Amino acid sequence: MSNPMTAYPIHGNDDLAIRVAGVSVQYRVPREQLSGIKEFTIRWLQRRLQYHTFWALNDVSIQVPRGEFFGVIGRNGAGKSTLLRVVARVIKPTLGRVVVQGRTAPLLELGAGFHPEMTGRENIFMNGALLGLSRREIIDHFDDIVSFSEIDEFIDAPLRTYSTGMVARLGFAVATSVRPDIMLVDEVLSVGDSQFQEKCLGRMRFFQEHGTTIVLVTHSMDRVAAFCESAIWLEGGKIAARGEASGVISQYQQAL
Amino acid sequence: MNSYDSASEVHPFVEEFQALMAYRGLVIQFVARAIKTRYKRSVLGVVWTMLNPLLTMIVLTVVFSQLFRVQIENFPVYVLSGQLVWIFFSTTTSGAMGEMIWSGELMKRIFVPKSVFAVAAIGTGLINFLLSLLPLLLIALVLGVRLSPALLTWPLVVLLLSIFSLGLGLLLSTAAVYFADMLPVYNVLLTIWLYATPIIYPLEIVPQGWHWLFRINPVYYYVEAFREPLLTGGIPRWEIWFPAAGFALATFLIGGMVFTARSSEYAYRL
Repeated sequence: MSNPMTAYPIHGNDDLAIRVAGVSVQYRVPREQLSGIKEFTIRWLQRRLQYHTFWALNDVSIQVPRGEFFGVIGRNGAGKSTLLRVVARVIKPTLGRVVVQGRTAPLLELGAGFHPEMTGRENIFMNGALLGLSRREIIDHFDDIVSFSEIDEFIDAPLRTYSTGMVARLGFAVATSVRPDIMLVDEVLSVGDSQFQEKCLGRMRFFQEHGTTIVLVTHSMDRVAAFCESAIWLEGGKIAARGEASGVISQYQQAL
Repeated sequence: MNSYDSASEVHPFVEEFQALMAYRGLVIQFVARAIKTRYKRSVLGVVWTMLNPLLTMIVLTVVFSQLFRVQIENFPVYVLSGQLVWIFFSTTTSGAMGEMIWSGELMKRIFVPKSVFAVAAIGTGLINFLLSLLPLLLIALVLGVRLSPALLTWPLVVLLLSIFSLGLGLLLSTAAVYFADMLPVYNVLLTIWLYATPIIYPLEIVPQGWHWLFRINPVYYYVEAFREPLLTGGIPRWEIWFPAAGFALATFLIGGMVFTARSSEYAYRL
């Protein structure tokens, strides 16, 4: 599609929230599980360290304009989650370059870092801090978080007593308490019931109207069709199709 | 605006420091959680923390004064003060490594500056250390030690010790990412290291020919610098301060550089 080498020099363009230029991600998996210093030393001395490598992403370039609702579709293992993790700064690309402008709220997994023995209240503060929010911001949005997640009277109960739905609601509420510039949403809405999903989508749409850029990874074509303006279809770590969401969806469905 | 460029020209060491500043709220959360779980569950938390060093102090005092008949002035204070430095050093360095490994799953899911774990371990260690100063000073007073103004040098000793421990903690954390058995290996090393430091035995019983061992041991200088104002009422000599500062800065620079140079790989490895 585009030559990654010419895409490398990225110049200031404030209209783009996310620029992914020629990004490849290589995972290196040892052929056998090497656990420790002893084993490693023995193998290394014997020159028998073998790795199996595979490319989870292969020369992927995307540009997402500010305020856009962007869809990522594809089969399991196509590299969708890896793409979001690269944009979320969780992993550094092996090749290529990622530039993200603005504060990112990663919803790669709701309630990552939640602690079952800690209360809802403690988890709100811990999770907020993990997402880079200041204590002030969390205090200011505390009531809103509690009411959105509908856990009122359980707020001081340990998290292990919560239902899966409650945990998901709390995770979403904390991550979206302060409107982010960019939201990365990875299939997390499938956790809750339809009422919860509607609520989250409502908030996402509201944020988008106020300028938030949203990247949505999902298996639900209906949702991509309903929300996303443009989309990409990932297949084996490469972009198989890109463009207007409806067009990408029909190409993907024909190929299935 | 917090932006991110994977091909940033900024040195990783500086980048890590900036990220750490932005996530200082997280460091406070980690420290608060560690302190809470330690002291909230039982009112006797502080007592439990001190129980082990106090018992060691009593046993060793009896052993050296009754069995070996070695007479040393204020030996209980000597043992206890040395132990506090050692406990700070050993728990922060192994804690930095442990937190980092246990948070591997977290690092695969969201971005956090990787050094928060080591820095939080230092913060937790500092609070525990401060809390244990109270029993130490109390026992010193009861045993008739006169507190001198030289104790005002303590903040500097603690600062240098913290910098040294942070540097080593970062270095160990890097190793722990690549080798799963780093933590148990380090615990064995710590045991040997403890015996190689004059904490649980009087310095005087060690023959002069062995003293070179202390001179190459960084922890020896922090123990000495901490103990001296309390035991003799004097300010430590330059022969103590120079190595203490030198080891702290060198370890911090090496640890920080190695850690940040590798930190982008941790999410792949853990």
